[in-house]
Amino acid sequence: MRQKLAITGNEAMAYAMKQINPDVVAAYPITPATEIVQIFSQYVADGEVDTEFVAVESEHSAMSATIGASAAGSRAMTATSSQGFALMWEMLYIASALRLPIVMPEVNRSLSAPINIHADHSDTMGARDSGWIQIYCENSQEAYDSLIQAVRIAEKCLLPIMVTIDGFIISHAMEVVETFDNKEVQDFIGKYKPAHPLLDVKNPITIGAIDFTDYYFEHKRSQIEAMNNVMPVILKIAGEFQKTFGRNYGLFEKYMLDDAETAIVVIGSTAGTAKAAVNNLRKQGKKVGLLKVRVFRPFPAKEISEALSKLKAVAILDRSAGINAYTAPLFTEISSALYTQGKNPKAVNYIYGLGGRDIFVKDIENVYKDLEKIAITGKVENLINYIGVRE
Amino acid sequence: MSDKDKKRQEGWKQLPTGGTILEGGTAKKYKTGDWRNSRPVWNKDKCINCLRCWVYCPDSAIILKEGKVAGIDLEHCKGCGICSEECPVKPEKAIKMVPEKQKTEDRGQKTEKSDS
Ligand code: SF4
Ligand code: SF4
Repeated sequence: MRQKLAITGNEAMAYAMKQINPDVVAAYPITPATEIVQIFSQYVADGEVDTEFVAVESEHSAMSATIGASAAGSRAMTATSSQGFALMWEMLYIASALRLPIVMPEVNRSLSAPINIHADHSDTMGARDSGWIQIYCENSQEAYDSLIQAVRIAEKCLLPIMVTIDGFIISHAMEVVETFDNKEVQDFIGKYKPAHPLLDVKNPITIGAIDFTDYYFEHKRSQIEAMNNVMPVILKIAGEFQKTFGRNYGLFEKYMLDDAETAIVVIGSTAGTAKAAVNNLRKQGKKVGLLKVRVFRPFPAKEISEALSKLKAVAILDRSAGINAYTAPLFTEISSALYTQGKNPKAVNYIYGLGGRDIFVKDIENVYKDLEKIAITGKVENLINYIGVRE
Repeated sequence: MSDKDKKRQEGWKQLPTGGTILEGGTAKKYKTGDWRNSRPVWNKDKCINCLRCWVYCPDSAIILKEGKVAGIDLEHCKGCGICSEECPVKPEKAIKMVPEKQKTEDRGQKTEKSDS
C-alpha cells in the first residue's frame, strides 16, 4: 500500500533501504547520517529485512566490507557523512574501479577543521572525481525516490552511486513522503545477478589484481567509458520510475527557466529556498529562473549549457569552496561546459552556506538583483562572491 | 624482447570489466623472477629436507618432488632471501643468497630464466 508518512530525510533513506532489502550493510555511525544505519539496524534486529549487518570499527572498514560483500556477489550498501566519508576515501576509488554497484546514502556535512557538524557539500564534492555516480537531492521525497532508482542505475552501469541530502536541513527535518509498497519496490529493483561473483568457486576469478604500466591505462580508459554511458541509463530508469510511481526525474530540474533572462544554478536543499525567491520575483514581473542540478556525476555538460544558453546572466551557487581552485566546484564545471559548448551568458559564482550557515529567500533575491545589473551592464565585477559571511 | 613477447596486447575495449581476471592460477604466467637482484643457490648435499624454505617462501618458488626439495623456480623467485634466512643448516646454510652479478654455475637448480 502506498502511504504518506511524516518522516525525516534520514528516516526516508532508512525506509528505502529496508524496502531495497540489501544482502549486506556494513556501516559506522557519524552525525548527521547516524540515524540511517541506526534505524536500519533496528529493522535487522526486528527481522524486517534479510540483511547481514556488519557493525564495523570505522568508515574505512565500512567501505572495505561493502566492497568485499559486493565483489562476493551480494547487493551491498552503506551510509555515511563528512569525516566518515573522508575516511573512506581510498576505498571509494577501489569500489568504482572494480566496477562494484554499491549504493550509498550520504548526508552532506562540512569537513573539519574547525569541527562542524552542519551542512555543506565539501565532503562529496571532494570525491567528485572518484568515479562514483552522484545524485544530490533537494528534499526527502527525492532522496527516497532516488535511492530506489540508484539500485537499478548502479547495477545496470556496474558503478557505485551515492545519493545525498543536506545534513540536518533535510536529514533531520520532517516532511511528508509518499512511500511505496514493499513489493512494488522489489518489483522495480528486481533481482541482482552479478556476472562474476567472487563466491562462485566453480569459476575462480581474481579481483583487484596488480596492473602496471602495461594495462592500468586501458583499465582506466574503460572505467571512463562506463561513466560516459551512465546518463542515458539514469534517464531510462527515471522514465520507468515515472511510469510506475508517477514522479518525474531528470538530470536536472528547470524551474521557470525557459523564458528567463537571468537564473541561478544550485544543488540540494537550497533549491527549495531559491524557488520561493523565484516565485516572489515572478510576481513582480521579473523574468527569473532556476536550474537545480540533480546528477552531478557524470556531469550533464551539454544539457546544462543548452538550458542556460539563452540567459543574459547566470549565478552559480556553490555550497563548498574550491579553496585552492580558481572557482568553486559547480562554477568550474558549468563555466567549462559553457565555454566548450560555445555558450556565453555572463556567469558569476557565489559561495554560501559553509558549515550550515543559513541562506534565506532574501539572500537569493539579492543574487537576482546582482544578476539584473550584470544583464544590463554586461559586466561581472566580482567573479567570486560570498553570501552571509561577516566581513 | 623476443618476437613472441611483442604480440599486441589487448586494447581497453577487449578487457574484462573492472580489471577482473576471469580464470584461476594466472599468477604462474606472471614472471616475477626478473625483479631479483640476488638469487638463492641451493646446495643439495647440505639440505636436510626440513622444508622450512618451502613453507616460508612467499612466492611458492621452492620446487618439491616427492616431498623433497628439487630446486628453485627462478622464473618466480623474487630474491627476498627468506628461504636462506630460515634454513636451519649450520654452520653453512643449504641455501645461500648470491648477487645476480656474481651468478654462479648453479647446476642442480631448475633455472628457467635465460642468462642474459
Ligand atoms: S629468495 Fe624468497 S622468493 Fe626466492 S625462493 Fe627464497 S624465499 Fe622464495
Ligand atoms: S630450509 Fe634448508 S635444509 Fe630445509 S629444506 Fe630448505 S634448503 Fe633444505
